[in-house]
Amino acid sequence: MAAGVAAWLPFARAAAIGWMPVANLPMPIAPTEKNKRQDELIILNVSGRRFQTWRNTLDRYPDTLLGSSEKEFFYNEETKEYFFDRDPDVFRSVLNFYRTGKLHYPRYECISSYDEELAFFGIVPEIIGDCCYEEYKDRKRENAERLMDDQEDNKDAKLPNMTFRETMWRAFENPHTSTMALVFYYVTGFFIAVSVITNVVETVPCGSVPNQKEVPCGERYTVAFFCMDTACVMIFTVEYLMRLFAAPSRYRFMRSVMSIIDVVAILPYYIGLVMTDNEDVSGAFVTLRVFRVFRIFKFSRHSQGLRILGYTLKSCASELGFLLFSLTMAIIIFATVMFYAEKGSSSSKFTSIPASFWYTIVTMTTLGYGDMVPKTIAGKIFGSICSLSGVLVIALPVPVIVSNFSRIYHQNQRADKRRAQKKARLARIRISKTGSSSAFLHSKRNGLFNEALELTSSTEEEQRLSKSTSLLESQHHHLLHCLEKTTVSESADHRSVMSSTLRNHEFVDEQYYQQSYLEGGLQNYPSRSPSLSSQDGMTGTCCTRRSKKHHTPLPNASAPAHMQPLTHTHTHQQGLQELSTIHIQPLSTSRSSLNMRVDDPAPLNCQSSQITTAIISIPTPPVTTPEGDAHLPAGPAHQNVVKVSAL
Amino acid sequence: MSCRKRCKREIFKFAQYLFRLVTGTLSTDSVEDELELSTVRHRPEGLEQLEARTRFSRKELQILYRGFKNECPSGVVNEDTFKDIYAQFFPQGDASTYAHFLFNAFDTDHNGSVSFVDFVMGLSILLRGTVQEKLNWAFNLYDINKDGYITKEEMLDIMKAIYDMMGKCTYPVLKEETPRQHVEVFFQKMDKNKDGVVTIDEFIDCCQNDENIMRSMHLFENVL
Repeated sequence: MAAGVAAWLPFARAAAIGWMPVANLPMPIAPTEKNKRQDELIILNVSGRRFQTWRNTLDRYPDTLLGSSEKEFFYNEETKEYFFDRDPDVFRSVLNFYRTGKLHYPRYECISSYDEELAFFGIVPEIIGDCCYEEYKDRKRENAERLMDDQEDNKDAKLPNMTFRETMWRAFENPHTSTMALVFYYVTGFFIAVSVITNVVETVPCGSVPNQKEVPCGERYTVAFFCMDTACVMIFTVEYLMRLFAAPSRYRFMRSVMSIIDVVAILPYYIGLVMTDNEDVSGAFVTLRVFRVFRIFKFSRHSQGLRILGYTLKSCASELGFLLFSLTMAIIIFATVMFYAEKGSSSSKFTSIPASFWYTIVTMTTLGYGDMVPKTIAGKIFGSICSLSGVLVIALPVPVIVSNFSRIYHQNQRADKRRAQKKARLARIRISKTGSSSAFLHSKRNGLFNEALELTSSTEEEQRLSKSTSLLESQHHHLLHCLEKTTVSESADHRSVMSSTLRNHEFVDEQYYQQSYLEGGLQNYPSRSPSLSSQDGMTGTCCTRRSKKHHTPLPNASAPAHMQPLTHTHTHQQGLQELSTIHIQPLSTSRSSLNMRVDDPAPLNCQSSQITTAIISIPTPPVTTPEGDAHLPAGPAHQNVVKVSAL
Repeated sequence: MSCRKRCKREIFKFAQYLFRLVTGTLSTDSVEDELELSTVRHRPEGLEQLEARTRFSRKELQILYRGFKNECPSGVVNEDTFKDIYAQFFPQGDASTYAHFLFNAFDTDHNGSVSFVDFVMGLSILLRGTVQEKLNWAFNLYDINKDGYITKEEMLDIMKAIYDMMGKCTYPVLKEETPRQHVEVFFQKMDKNKDGVVTIDEFIDCCQNDENIMRSMHLFENVL
């Protein structure tokens, strides 16, 4: 129900008393409002800006975030207000929607940010008021076009496993992807030009043989021109057949405009071959030669400007149609008038109305050939009116077409610019990605290093090492490590823990990946081979149990006595302890731990197949002791090394 | 205006138009011709007076006014707005006729618009009035020409208006004579002296003897 309607409901209900005396049956019982509370002000704190409104105002739209109980999630007990960490400017429009029942779209606002805010607050954009709806839709369409342009650029991406056919198609569509494609592109372009020039030169009269009239070059050097034509058509045919072969959907390719142009360009030649010197159809044959000029349209594959022009004309089809229609109307009117005006004069060229059409067209387009001229005074008056109005009628649709062309052209420019920028952006993203993944691998290797350290030394070094990674990073690394542990190859045999050599997928360097991919098999990452082979076991996720360990030697670390499930740590309130890095332990311990593991039921379902060390940056009390909560100091006093047992 | 004067005015306007056309002056906005009806800003009397005249508490009046002013910033409701509002509550039928009668019932001073005072006085009777007052109000609603008698035609109009609100999709299907039959039943019940009209006393007497009606009068007491 709209906002206003809710306000009038009490009135409508009261007015229902008017039906009572007329009614014959008893009325149903009215619903009572339980805990009817007085209307109160509520405070909505959006990123520091406080908005206040009546609670009833928000209750008008119960299927949105603010109108339902969903807003309780954002209630801040201490300040007794609802806090939203969103844009306060857009929130203004959102709140006004509740107040007035109309949603407005501010023009200065970015469309995607506006959409996001609406989605957050659970408001459907379709209820934007009529005053702002057009603007909203226009901006949205522009944005969608822009995104579509971006997506189209992705087809440049080379997939690793493309069949020959796919590669060929990609080469045809994007010539700059490989050298061969570029060569092919230029060769075809050259031959198109040659063919067009040949067609043109064929008709030029060249060099007259004495006592014979001038003949066009085509008839003089028939053989040469024929060879040239044949060569071009050969190339075009081969190109067409190759495209046909490479096309992902042959039927769709055959229906496309470019392929039709190709066919029309080469057909006349073949038809000419078939029906040579047959007198009856040679007239038709000559007409067919006209179609050879269509070869020039093949250039549109090579020129983006041509394509834009074609697209513009297509999109302005309605304007062009209007132009044509209005011109036709005007022509008929003026032709009729001129015919009757000139009917009186003798030897007038305006013999009929269709004959006057020619005059009208020539006059309206301000060509004025002068082959037909009015002689009577009335004719001259109407002729001048005709030429004046012609200018107007033609000038009207032209700005529309021009603005369309300009918009599409600029869009294309923008697309090119964005493509160039995108390359730079992708390069930057790639660098940062490799940075983070190499950080992960680096930390893993550090973990191994830490292993050795741990056996011998104190905690300071680990402290030093772990400080280099921030909390977020370490959590991220932990997550990646858990993912590694989770993914097991499919050939896993869960039963035979010891015998099968399972390995889970691990993150590796990009160069390593390419190397191994090219060599056709995933090899062991050298530095970690011992642990890889020891990873028998279940689909392990990350470490579940952890036991606190203080300087006990490694092999016994898997003592199950102090095992606690992972959840224990997470129930600590202020998130004081985090796992920083999980490290891999050498072979021996894991084997022994695996032995133990079989009898031990895991409280959680995740079991990891190896003992891992975790450096936990908890302040003082370790994970396992339950009395830790009350005594947790704020900062990390010292670091504990906690052994995470695999079992 | 007499015919001659009108003719003269038209000719003058045409001459002016031709002159403008020939000399190419841009046409000015014809704002001065149509004097727009400035929106009436109606302000209700003070809160204390309204409190005294109606049976609403201060807070209730505040809530009512806020809702009213939000919907009609100019301070008055005209009949079209009334009809729109009512139509939103009864989307499946045509509520305009009944809204028209209702509007007339609320517009006690018959000036074509319902101000906040009228609105709140009407609501006061309906929600907080005695049964007598409510029945009085209902009689006023039915008596379209306010002559003190409800005739069969008036009742038929009201009945048709009410049935129109139901719309077409009802079960059982509404037939042409259903309102008429309903009116007959009503008149049989109300018209004691069978003179074809129902007076206010007959109406009130009859309603007070009818249990259903009495009970339904108290139905909307806790609306606000």
